[in-house]
Amino acid sequence: MTETTAAAGLREPPRPGEMTGGQAQLGRVGDFFLRSILPLVLALGTGAIILAAIGVDPIQYYKDVYSGGVQFAAWQDSLMRVAPLLLIAVGLIVVFRAGIWNLGIDGQFLLAAAVISGIGSRFEEHLPNAINLLLLFLIAGVVGAAWTIVPALLKARYELNEIITTLMMTFIGINLAQILVKGPFQDPTTTTPQTRAFDFTALLPSIPGTESASRRWPGVHVGVLVAAAAAFVVWFLMSRTSLGLRLQVLGASMRSARHMGLDVPRLIIVAFLLSGFFVGLAAATEILGVKGYQRADWNPAFGLWVVPLVFLARLHAIGVIPYVVLLSLASIGGDYAAQNAGLTPQFTLLLVGLTLLFMALTEWIARRAAGGSYLPGASYRRHRAEGAG
Amino acid sequence: MTTGTTTPATDGSEHPAVELVGIVKEFPGVLANDRISLTVRRGEVHCLLGENGAGKSTLMNILSGMVRPDAGQVKLDGRVVEIDSPKHAIGLGIGMVYQHTSLVPQLTVLENLMLGEAEGIRLNAAHAGERLRELGSSLGLDVDPKATTGMLALGQQQQLEIIKALWRGSKVLILDEPTSMLTPKGVAELEQIVARLKGQGLAVVFITHKLHEAISMGDRVAILSQGRLVGAIEPAELRSATHDELQERIIALMFGGQAAQATGVAELTDGVEPHLPRRALAAEPALELDSVTVEPGPGEIGAHDVSLQVLKSEIMGIAGVDGNGQRELAEAIAGQRGIADGDVRLFGHSIARLKVAQREKLGLRYVTDDRIHEGTVGSLSVAMNIVLKQIGRSPFWGRGRIRYEAILSKARELIGRFDIRTPGPETRVAALSGGNIQKVVLARELSFDPKVVVYSKPTYGLDVRTTRSVRRTIREQAREGVTSIVISTDLEELLDLCDRVAVLSRGRITGVVENGPSAQQRVGELMVGGKST
Repeated sequence: MTETTAAAGLREPPRPGEMTGGQAQLGRVGDFFLRSILPLVLALGTGAIILAAIGVDPIQYYKDVYSGGVQFAAWQDSLMRVAPLLLIAVGLIVVFRAGIWNLGIDGQFLLAAAVISGIGSRFEEHLPNAINLLLLFLIAGVVGAAWTIVPALLKARYELNEIITTLMMTFIGINLAQILVKGPFQDPTTTTPQTRAFDFTALLPSIPGTESASRRWPGVHVGVLVAAAAAFVVWFLMSRTSLGLRLQVLGASMRSARHMGLDVPRLIIVAFLLSGFFVGLAAATEILGVKGYQRADWNPAFGLWVVPLVFLARLHAIGVIPYVVLLSLASIGGDYAAQNAGLTPQFTLLLVGLTLLFMALTEWIARRAAGGSYLPGASYRRHRAEGAG
Repeated sequence: MTTGTTTPATDGSEHPAVELVGIVKEFPGVLANDRISLTVRRGEVHCLLGENGAGKSTLMNILSGMVRPDAGQVKLDGRVVEIDSPKHAIGLGIGMVYQHTSLVPQLTVLENLMLGEAEGIRLNAAHAGERLRELGSSLGLDVDPKATTGMLALGQQQQLEIIKALWRGSKVLILDEPTSMLTPKGVAELEQIVARLKGQGLAVVFITHKLHEAISMGDRVAILSQGRLVGAIEPAELRSATHDELQERIIALMFGGQAAQATGVAELTDGVEPHLPRRALAAEPALELDSVTVEPGPGEIGAHDVSLQVLKSEIMGIAGVDGNGQRELAEAIAGQRGIADGDVRLFGHSIARLKVAQREKLGLRYVTDDRIHEGTVGSLSVAMNIVLKQIGRSPFWGRGRIRYEAILSKARELIGRFDIRTPGPETRVAALSGGNIQKVVLARELSFDPKVVVYSKPTYGLDVRTTRSVRRTIREQAREGVTSIVISTDLEELLDLCDRVAVLSRGRITGVVENGPSAQQRVGELMVGGKST
């Protein structure tokens, strides 16, 4: 290449070694701190100020969050909370990377939960436990995916804004789940609007070595492993497969995707179905691993919790894991801490909201300082340090 | 107020309008501005000449507040200022007209102008109308305030951009490659406007990569190359030297001492000679359009009853003023939009019902004119962009999995062959200059056995040297038997390249002309004749 440039009578282009190296490295570390750490720190700091203002000792509060989430054998609860949150997170990563806003998570989640808690406890006697559980996971995934079909088709065929359609579908889904629980799936032996509870033996088995003598359930259920496997699968899908690249091209620009000859409507539908499927699996881990039944008024609204996390992790399926663990800890420990401080358990949600707010602020700063945004094309950008030019 | 013909005697008595001192700006991988110092005076047109990626736009973006310099000073009227936003720049009297339009096509002229008025909640249409009349008469323009902006010709839209830039009483006006989308008539009008502004004592910065423009319009020329100021031509020299002498001197400055060896100098300075059609063409049609009609989208003209036969290895030009159905037709051929009526045949077989990817497999390629938003994905690497139309195919993917080594080695090969200036195959395309992005697009479209290629404005916005290399590539491809359709608004380019030139006007083909000595005149007639109907 040097020869050709010399022949054309030109000056040397910038040399490859000059640009990357130390400066770019520093840039990436700084960028990580700015976008992925700073918002959390600011949210916790502001949370502390709010606590102090209402007369609660913030240090005691955060200590309580830690002890409520980790100590007193609470770490099992925290770890189990990871399963649904992580599955939702990876489901969101698939669609967000494709540039699609699936915000109908709660509807998909509750509907999948209602269906398996309604029908699961009915045929648990007729099938071997493992097959029963496998089938229920699959059904939950399919129900979650099915609830995305309407927004998916509307966007694929008529380019209808999916933010609105998924939000509308989530309202319908939440109410439909309630109707199902109160109606066809109602436990006939009680007047409380809830489904029949699963037999303990029909629930997800626990991971050996996580048992705790003082607890009702034997230990951390294997749903956590399912979630970890899903995170790996999504990471592989997005960074190593052709489908992953197609979804990312779609996410980068729909015009480009069309120009490159990609089947845009099909990709939109695939992205939606995949995300709904993972959200359905999340519901399965919560029902089959923790709850064992569903009450009509139960709505953990996990969707809202997870959205900021996936952006903090820059839509990276493995990178999101530490954030999910942190949030699980905060949500389990937050209940305990709030109780101790005489606050509502919703205080944790306030911290999540503050994180979002500060993300918006740091995004503004980072864009000026480092460029780019929370929506990167990262996985396909630099797969390893590579100096040759 | 001084007259426009001589340099106003402001140098000694007053501070110049703008002084840039030692400006440094580094982007990842590129030192865009390397200690550039520049002085812009009132009543002067200061041309900033350089190739794409030379750092012209970066320098002016610093002045207009879009980019902050890493080092150096900006002085206005002798006062050091830190311009931290475009709004601040406007407040300081710096108006900039960008290469790409910033107007909202659905709004009227007056509404677009009032968008810039940040003060108050209610829009004051009466006041704005008065200001428009005032500016219009000072520029010698007659603009209809109620016209829908999108319906205006590109030249008129640009005049509107200039008015917008002057709206708040600018003292400095920056024009970034203002002639790149204009017809010859539009350029002449622009020249008049610039002369008037100069006469009114404005400092005008004129960014261009065209030599003859810099020579004919500038009172002073600064030459940028690879981020450095490599030379300047003073008013005295500009007035005394002949056009050819100036040209030679600028080329020497631009290409350094190696100018003598640069093969392109002759091409760069020569006028275009009509290129005679190659008689050796086979009579076998490669691409046939048969009464193709494309429904117009919002603000478009569409294509109506277009019939055209392009022979194998022929270069067919499509001439016409921008916005006359070129994009609609190109996208219909590529399969990116459906046709309402007619048929498209590739080597005798109808492809009208095939999708983009299927047409691509048959050897049809489309080099889009929107290389930044459509032709490439900026956040992906050069290597990935090169294989973007090969997703899932061997040897770059195997059993659904990506094979980085195959992709990287192909990318390295093409980076060498197409002379793409990039720090490496894994640099993000968004970090490259426009010319290099176009080379990435060409590398992708021309490397995987193309048979018929549709080029849409292939050299639009490119510098002299890249333009030359792109045209050479098109010719080489044709010699190897590839059929080409070149859509361009640049008639010289079509006469330089094509065997035949079809004229597209208002979405219809008004005639097809064999290239030859009288082609230029005949195409011109067809363009004008087509417009009046």
